[in-house]
Amino acid sequence: MSALPPYASPLQRTWYYSFRIICGLIFFFLIFPILVILPLSFNAQDFFTFTKEMLALDPAGYSFKHYQDFFTNPDWQQALTNSVMIAPVATVLATSFGTLAAIGLSQSHVPYKPAIMAVLISPMIVPLIISAAGMYFFYSRIGLQGTYWGVVLAHAALGTPFVIITVTATLVGFDRSLVRAAANLGANPVTTFFKVQMPLIVPGVVSGALFAFITSFDEVVVVLFLGSAGQKTLPWQMFTGLREQISPTILAVASLMVAISICLLTVLELLRRRSERLRGLSPG
Amino acid sequence: MSDTTQDGQLLTTADGKPLKASLAKALRREKLRALMLIAPLLIFVLITFVAPIADMLFRSVENGIVADTLPKTVVALEAWDSTSGEAPDETVFAALYEDMVIAVDEKTHTRLGSRLNYEESGISSLFRKTGRRIKRMDEAGPFKEQFLDADKDWGTVETWQVLKRYSPRITSGYFLNSFDAQLTADGVEMKPEDERIYMFLFGRTLFLSIVITISCLLLGYPIAFLLAALPLRTSNLLMILVLLPFWTSLLVRTSAWKVLLQQQGVINDFLVWTGLISEAGRLVMINNQTGTIIAMTHILLPFMILPLYSVMKTISPTYVRAAKSLGANDWISFWRVYFPQSVPGIGAGAVLVFILSIGYYITPELVGGTSGIFISNRIAYHISSSLNWGLAAALGTLLLVAVMVLFVVYDKIVGIDNVKLG
Repeated sequence: MSALPPYASPLQRTWYYSFRIICGLIFFFLIFPILVILPLSFNAQDFFTFTKEMLALDPAGYSFKHYQDFFTNPDWQQALTNSVMIAPVATVLATSFGTLAAIGLSQSHVPYKPAIMAVLISPMIVPLIISAAGMYFFYSRIGLQGTYWGVVLAHAALGTPFVIITVTATLVGFDRSLVRAAANLGANPVTTFFKVQMPLIVPGVVSGALFAFITSFDEVVVVLFLGSAGQKTLPWQMFTGLREQISPTILAVASLMVAISICLLTVLELLRRRSERLRGLSPG
Repeated sequence: MSDTTQDGQLLTTADGKPLKASLAKALRREKLRALMLIAPLLIFVLITFVAPIADMLFRSVENGIVADTLPKTVVALEAWDSTSGEAPDETVFAALYEDMVIAVDEKTHTRLGSRLNYEESGISSLFRKTGRRIKRMDEAGPFKEQFLDADKDWGTVETWQVLKRYSPRITSGYFLNSFDAQLTADGVEMKPEDERIYMFLFGRTLFLSIVITISCLLLGYPIAFLLAALPLRTSNLLMILVLLPFWTSLLVRTSAWKVLLQQQGVINDFLVWTGLISEAGRLVMINNQTGTIIAMTHILLPFMILPLYSVMKTISPTYVRAAKSLGANDWISFWRVYFPQSVPGIGAGAVLVFILSIGYYITPELVGGTSGIFISNRIAYHISSSLNWGLAAALGTLLLVAVMVLFVVYDKIVGIDNVKLG
């Protein structure tokens, strides 16, 4: 598929180009829904489709009013505040527990490793609706249902598998003789950890933290059941908006969230490259 | 391996301890250190996640409410023969009176009523009505007449049969309900035709998940193939088009589809503008199965492409070249040489997409209408609207078992340690 050889038959030529067109269409299907909301969020009307003015590229057809609504409406602002209060705390919890456990799991002798791994990964496997149901039942028994900490703990639990997976992945390529060398040169285990091991696994920890953050920041099912009105997060507000009174402000929020995703994606990609370079996996 | 030297002396370390014991001690210390590092997270996950799941499993069979609310009645009912065709006698009614007085005081009788109402409709109002009358009853008796006077349903055998059937603390009632069956006096029976909804919903969830998995495979395979064949620089660039949707919030993508698929939405507007459909013939693509399938295929497509890509990346192009030099045409070399090597990727991607889709809740809820909803939506309904938590737990348990079985399959194909992200 790389390049069309000069001796290709007409049939091969046709197939070559039609295959590229098919792939182009699938890429279009993947990306179009995300891109289309960006211009629509600047709609001057309260419609969900392109108006005549917008298609004619008339400046009068565009406005920032939906963004303005987002930044002035108390409901949306409260939701934003709640999201910002919940996600970082859940991320810190998930990342610190997860990193420690990943280091433990990468030791050479871990008893019951498959069983432990299964338990630790389970929050990622179990469908969210089941986690939400179980947590709702259990947290109402112990009085955490409808509280800030209930939501934070639940989100932290959902984020830990991602941290374990990303940190373990960086530890797989970790050269253990570096630790021995450090010990040989007189460093104690704590110094070894912070001076030798930590700098090398930092990309894994940060990408794990980003995964944990986005898990909490985007999560809606669990918070829908566990939270009370006081923990209404951004996705929850979007969910109610979509189900009840669909307002174009949602498109402005969605566009802002796409911008956040692009930032996260860039950071992750940079981290991946740095990690590969540090561990000498790829030349560039 | 022997731990003695040739002349029979025990091998020792420098400080005189046996080498074997010393090694074992070191190994034990290492194991302990690993466990100490894992312990905080393990305890955290056990409390915040595993305990809730266990609680849900317990709730799917738990049924203490009858025995807790009407303890004396339950004991008295043991002597009553439910096949006798007659309502119990005065002793049972006397016990019921004592229990009901306490229950009405604590206001627990209405909860019991709504619990039993899941099994036999009408019982909820029976308990409510009796609850209002209980204060005015004569403490001296006779109780049977007074209860019959409050509500004649106390005289029917069915009421008492339900009460007796659900007096044990553990019940299979919720699970039977999930299978559209019920416990009657003659044992387990299927519910009437028009009340069977759960097997139908499970079937639909399964069917839609299969359709979504197949569409993801059909769309994902060419993309993964192209990405694996292109030079790294180009494929990394195109990979952004896959990763951006992967990283974009689920709700953002669902709202995008809601906007696109509406009858007054972008796609319909475009089709009308091109003249493919008339103004009156705008397509209904949302709040039905089409909406669920389109939106969920889009949302889950990256989960298909990424595992496929990572497998295809490892397929060496020399095999296909060898096949071609041996005279195979493009199709044969693909189908007989390339495709079989990509099957592990298909397995991994398909199982992953399938696992994710059978538990989906948000997207079907928002774009599925009534014909495109999944079993998860029914679970959510029972938790927050009908408050039949036991049934929600039983349905959840069944779904969990299905996912676990699939996950074991996934583990066999991919291995739990080989899960990669991004």
